[in-house]
Amino acid sequence: MTGHRPAGGRHAAAPGRAGRRIASSPMSKLPLRARLATTIGGAAGRMSRLAGRGDGSVIGGVIGLRVEPDLLALLAAGRRVVLVTGTNGKTTTTRLITAALGVLGQEIASNAFGANMEAGLTAALGQAPDAPLAVLETDEKYLPTVLAATRARVVALLNLSRDQMDRAAEIWMVARRWREALASATNCTVVANADDPLIAWAAAAAPDVIWVAAGQRWHEDSWCCPQCGSHLSRDELGWRCGECEFTRPPAKWVLDGSSVIDSAGRVHEVSLSLPGQANRSNAVIALAVSEVFGVEPAQALAKLRDVASVAGRYTQVERHGRQVRLLLAKNPAGWLEAFDVLDEPPVPVLLSVNAREPDGRDTSWLWDVDYRVLRGRPVFVTGERRLDLAVRLEADQVPFELVEGVDDAVDQVSGGRLDVIANYTAFQQIRVFLGRAA
Amino acid sequence: MAAGPPPAGGTHARNSPGPSALRLVWVYPDLLSTYGDRGNLLVLERRARLRGIDVESVLVNADQPVPRQGDVYLMGGGEDLPQILAARRLRADGGLAAAAEGGAVVFAVCAGYQLLGTEFGGEEGQPVPGLEILNIRSGRGQRRGVGEILADVSPALGVPRLTGFENHQGVTELGPGVAALAKVVTGVGNGDGTEGARAGRMIGTYLHGPVLVRNPGLADLLLTWAAGPLPALRADDEEWTQRLREQRLAAVPAGSA
Repeated sequence: MTGHRPAGGRHAAAPGRAGRRIASSPMSKLPLRARLATTIGGAAGRMSRLAGRGDGSVIGGVIGLRVEPDLLALLAAGRRVVLVTGTNGKTTTTRLITAALGVLGQEIASNAFGANMEAGLTAALGQAPDAPLAVLETDEKYLPTVLAATRARVVALLNLSRDQMDRAAEIWMVARRWREALASATNCTVVANADDPLIAWAAAAAPDVIWVAAGQRWHEDSWCCPQCGSHLSRDELGWRCGECEFTRPPAKWVLDGSSVIDSAGRVHEVSLSLPGQANRSNAVIALAVSEVFGVEPAQALAKLRDVASVAGRYTQVERHGRQVRLLLAKNPAGWLEAFDVLDEPPVPVLLSVNAREPDGRDTSWLWDVDYRVLRGRPVFVTGERRLDLAVRLEADQVPFELVEGVDDAVDQVSGGRLDVIANYTAFQQIRVFLGRAA
Repeated sequence: MAAGPPPAGGTHARNSPGPSALRLVWVYPDLLSTYGDRGNLLVLERRARLRGIDVESVLVNADQPVPRQGDVYLMGGGEDLPQILAARRLRADGGLAAAAEGGAVVFAVCAGYQLLGTEFGGEEGQPVPGLEILNIRSGRGQRRGVGEILADVSPALGVPRLTGFENHQGVTELGPGVAALAKVVTGVGNGDGTEGARAGRMIGTYLHGPVLVRNPGLADLLLTWAAGPLPALRADDEEWTQRLREQRLAAVPAGSA
């Protein structure tokens, strides 16, 4: 991490305290049992951290919720909450929105490390009892519950594509549940990616939507009209259904290459420290969300540039004199995004794949990724499912070498750099191995 | 480009296919390709080319006609809505049914497998008419079968134990004239201890996505039906596949259904 840590509000910006809208602390207004639950949860989180079990944010929330099942709603009451959800880019966009809202100088509660189910959200709010703002990454499946509990002011919908399908619901079902939940969300502004048909369908039912043309690189899960099931056609103007009237909604914000047209028609260059087009998409969503809170795009963009790595993603670590850069890719759409930010060949790449519970037990998705773009550079392969990767690369005629771990690859790299692409638990293992330097 | 979308009538062939090229037709990759189904096409292409057989692969989207002159037709898995749309289109098109009638090899996975039959369960469990080219009937079961699956192939086919992954809530009944592809060792399959179905040169299975990757014997069976007897591959060309296959077979306790 780079040291920016808005999570938990441990370093609330001093000027913000004066400007806070809520006069008395939300914490002091909580019923006794909720206060107790928060205290017990906080203590458990501290013990968990002391015991070296992660950052302790989830266990605190779990215990707190056991004492007071309505804790999330109670902790969210009186705050302006932003929920961020979608298949890819949740953690990064949460971070970018938090950075942009920093312009307001108010304390912000956020689950910045990706603990995105009810317990993680509860813990994030409990750790920042006085923060008037909250930016909360929310698991796709939990959005309806969390929306009802927090009465969010803004919901940001990024994208939907196949991901861990052995345990997640089919994505059309996810979109349908969102649609039902958002239809009755009053006093809530939905900021939605108009270029993703499933997102557009889910958001279209909401009373208040700000459409953002944030782009969609992965089309494989949206060839079918979410409304009527017919074939969707695409051209440079967007997508439309061949049979019903469903079509890409007109967008108020448009990302065009590396520039964005804002809601007032002004053009800004989206220059970020984070690499790749996917992060420019995330950034534009963050700009649109921030504007709901009165933050001007130009001010917000300056803040977005300060974000250089997010929970270890995109971090560069030195190892045995080489620069190792870590990229997380959890599903086919994520791998496309990772390929987009690779250094030019012949910079070598190490791929690492596991298939544990958080990754999805099924490795079939490897065959949805086109690895031919890796031809022309040294490719190393590791992880618990390295043999699945080996067979996959062989089929794409990409020469590769099996290695035991990161150091094996690092030691074989003659030049100065190595890019690493790993899926979820493989990524965490590599971070731990590199001493959490990342 | 992503793993799609395929260009209209797109072909993959690297060799210029002669008139004798083996024609592989992937039916509706835009609708039925949810779990890495491209793997089956890539494995067939590779195993044919390693034996000197020219291959021409045709990817047919749902808004295009299905060619009737293919040698092997592949159909993959999909969510409920795409599956229903695919059934509607394929029934109207008639190409796949005509090819199957003409003796083409058909290999269908998961949603594609259910589609071959007389009916399958829609998004609310309602019966939806299938293509009626394989005498099977599918519906929605009580629980979702998710996990590694092992199944022993009917000995007549000479294919070793199948290893794969399943993720479906379908149950399938086989009618007269249709035999089970295999007997479940671990997992759910059709729901009655059998797995998949076959009739003539048509095979359907619940082992989803790139099932041919771990089961080269099944891939070679399809190629043999289409192109005649095949020489064995060089050990080098089988090494990674065999290592993966052994690892997956060893990873699943037999009989833990």
